[in-house]
Amino acid sequence: MDAPVYGLVLAGGRSTRMRADKAALTYQGQTQLERAMALLKDLVPRAFVSVRADQAADPLRARFARIVDRRENIGPIAGLLAAQSEHPQAAWLVLACDLPLLDRASLQHLLHARDPGRLATAYRSSHDGLPEPLCAIYEPASGGPLVAHLAAGGNCPRKFLLSADVKMLDEPTPRALDNINTPAEYGAAMAALDQPAAPLHVNVQYYALLREQAGRREEALTTNARTAHGLYQELCARYPFSLPVETLRVAVNGDFCDWPAPIKDGDAVVFIPPVAGG
Amino acid sequence: MPQFRFTTAAIDIPALREALSDPACGGFACFEGWVRDHNEGARVQRLEYEAYEDLAVREGERILAEAVQRFGVARAACVHRLGTLAIGEVAVWVGASSPHRNEAFLACRFIIDEVKHRLPIWKKEHYVSGDSGWVNCERCASAPVHGSAHVHEGAG
Repeated sequence: MDAPVYGLVLAGGRSTRMRADKAALTYQGQTQLERAMALLKDLVPRAFVSVRADQAADPLRARFARIVDRRENIGPIAGLLAAQSEHPQAAWLVLACDLPLLDRASLQHLLHARDPGRLATAYRSSHDGLPEPLCAIYEPASGGPLVAHLAAGGNCPRKFLLSADVKMLDEPTPRALDNINTPAEYGAAMAALDQPAAPLHVNVQYYALLREQAGRREEALTTNARTAHGLYQELCARYPFSLPVETLRVAVNGDFCDWPAPIKDGDAVVFIPPVAGG
Repeated sequence: MPQFRFTTAAIDIPALREALSDPACGGFACFEGWVRDHNEGARVQRLEYEAYEDLAVREGERILAEAVQRFGVARAACVHRLGTLAIGEVAVWVGASSPHRNEAFLACRFIIDEVKHRLPIWKKEHYVSGDSGWVNCERCASAPVHGSAHVHEGAG
């Protein structure tokens, strides 16, 4: 059986460039730490905040279950190692505490596409093509290699992922993994969150019963949905579709696709009613 | 090279069989799916097939390649009809040739089962009563269908 995935929000950083505790920065009235924990809450059975020993009593962090670093000055790997020591049977969905634009669909996609047979599952950065180590799932088997990586003098989790057997995924929603390090970036993230997300333009094809119920074969649509699942729900409000989403499959850009996978501007989406060839 | 394709005309069976012949093969098996005059208690007058062709061809080629790999058959092919079919017509043809008969039988069975489960192909039954219904779709619908005169209400 696959290891359960627990969540770990890394809130033990020093936030030197920001000159303010990144976990306590607020967006739309909620601190970054609260936002990250709220995202994880429904997606994993347990979630923890990773803290340094001197932060354990901090009121913001003390509201949540905490795991205290056991080593100092080795960066984010300390938090993951402490979590692995405390729950060695678990895989860890590790999140940095400076990803204000991270959305639920991106986390769902990561969990859905996880390969427990590799050491980790991670997104490939759309900026530089490198793995994003701080929105990634680390399997229990990654513990030994992580310790070896540290022993060899490495403490960069990105370099660890580059050297390890990792399943890489394309980045989902644009900007979802943008981290913020400076007050200017904080301002830009707040502005981005206050703007409604731009609607996506997609092309949808209908077949068989759905074609009859939609009264068309094909259409170009603008949608606020971010996944195929959300798009079907929007369409259910527009057309008298009788097929529950659980009975359908979906194809995006010509091949079968997972329901929680993010859709992008320009995608071609086909909903596939129960088939009956032969 | 395994081949899957659609046709709107009657399936040319002798040509398909000929394309699978191979001097290294001692066995050939085929399966034909025919249009039947009844289904689940209703008398069927004709069928209408529709497919998402791009994806169905891609997935159909995958099924044939899987059959070649799993059973070691030399050649495999499948042709599926689209459009309106009368009772008795061949709706789908599957064939496989191999050095020995067992693999050819197994491959045919595998291919038709996978085709029925995996390919985005839909079948609408038109009944003698004048009703019609999309097979496998109407009964998993949770809510009554509005605005469609074509939905068969009496299936099952």
